Amino acid sequence: MEVSKDRLPAAVTFDELALPLFDQLYNFARWLTQSREEAEDLVQETFAKALRGFPSFQPGTNFRAWMYRILRNTFLTSRTGLKAAPTYSLDDENLAPLEPGTSQTPEAILIERSNQHLVQSAIEELPLPFREILLLCEVEEMSYQEISETLSVPIGTVMSRLSRARTALRGIIKQKLEGA
Amino acid sequence: MADEWQSKLDPYLDGELSGEDMRALDAHVRSCPSCSAEVLSRVQLKRAIQSAGKRYAPSAEFRRSLENKIAPRRSRGIAWDRLAIALATILICVAAILVYQGRQNLNRAQLYSEVADLHVSTLASSTPVDVVSSDRHTVKPWFQGKIPFTFNLPEPKDSEFVLLGGRVAYLRQTAGAQLIYQVRKHQISVFIFPENALGGSFASESAVRKELSFSVQTWAHDGLRFIVVGDASPDDIRKLADLLKTAQQS
Repeated sequence: MEVSKDRLPAAVTFDELALPLFDQLYNFARWLTQSREEAEDLVQETFAKALRGFPSFQPGTNFRAWMYRILRNTFLTSRTGLKAAPTYSLDDENLAPLEPGTSQTPEAILIERSNQHLVQSAIEELPLPFREILLLCEVEEMSYQEISETLSVPIGTVMSRLSRARTALRGIIKQKLEGA
Repeated sequence: MADEWQSKLDPYLDGELSGEDMRALDAHVRSCPSCSAEVLSRVQLKRAIQSAGKRYAPSAEFRRSLENKIAPRRSRGIAWDRLAIALATILICVAAILVYQGRQNLNRAQLYSEVADLHVSTLASSTPVDVVSSDRHTVKPWFQGKIPFTFNLPEPKDSEFVLLGGRVAYLRQTAGAQLIYQVRKHQISVFIFPENALGGSFASESAVRKELSFSVQTWAHDGLRFIVVGDASPDDIRKLADLLKTAQQS
């Protein structure tokens, strides 16, 4: 989905831009909410808000990041989102970096395909800020700049949070493998 | 593994390093087994997250429902566009018709005015008619060669209308016949012109109407435009018109 990276043509309509993002937004919403109904409500509300706000959308800015930002902000003010918020506030980028030693990747991850379920449940266990940034980076393949726009944080924060998220995920995977 | 490289591995694999840093790290990774192992495992993790992350797809039902919520706006938008275009087209057509009718009305009013002028100036002339005769068999042949058409005149008998004579009249640069009739001291002009020379400016057929205080009746027959005008009563004008109409059909 490359529309977001392009400058918007003058007469492009909302649905032409937004509908191609539907599947990805739904996937992202489902990861955030962990529930089908909530994800559908969230996506629906996101589209409704974006449609209303579209006249004020600045052409030339990143449409995809704008949509994800609306979705995420909508989620954070939802009941589920508010529950996850305390976890979110704990995510202090100024904390000391995790020990490099904990970033050792389990050998077993090399057989990633067969361990898809394990990785999925590890992602589910990640705190919301780590979960969302990893998904934006790896699944949505957003650039740091786009992630920065989506999450409304500086690029330095994007980098440190990504690093911490990866380390945390490795830790969880390692635990799961050792426990298995 | 050097820490300075370690901190750059993620941006390196995320494609966020500058070209120069990228090349330097490339070179280092090739020569450092520890870093290359780390790169490999991180690539594996990236792939694992990517593959695991693409987990959920919206149901077809939800997709339809959402598309319906978004798409109708577009179709309504297009409908509005089309409606606006249709309205604009109608407005332009109405305006064109009004302008055309306005011009037609103006044209018609001018013609009535010219016809009335012709009638008045004829009566004011010292020689109102060029052929003085109450005999239609004299008047009708007199026009031969002077006007590019011919016409019939009504039988004078049993009629209160008296034919005083005729002359050639010009309207819109076209030669036509002008006949003067008299009824109870009122003089009435009958103009006959080729219809096409007048550009269809007259209503195809009108009842007697008042134009500039004159009574006027007009109709077309076989490509000829008949205009009866005078200060006689509308009833007299209509009677004379009826006589002329009957004569044309004989």
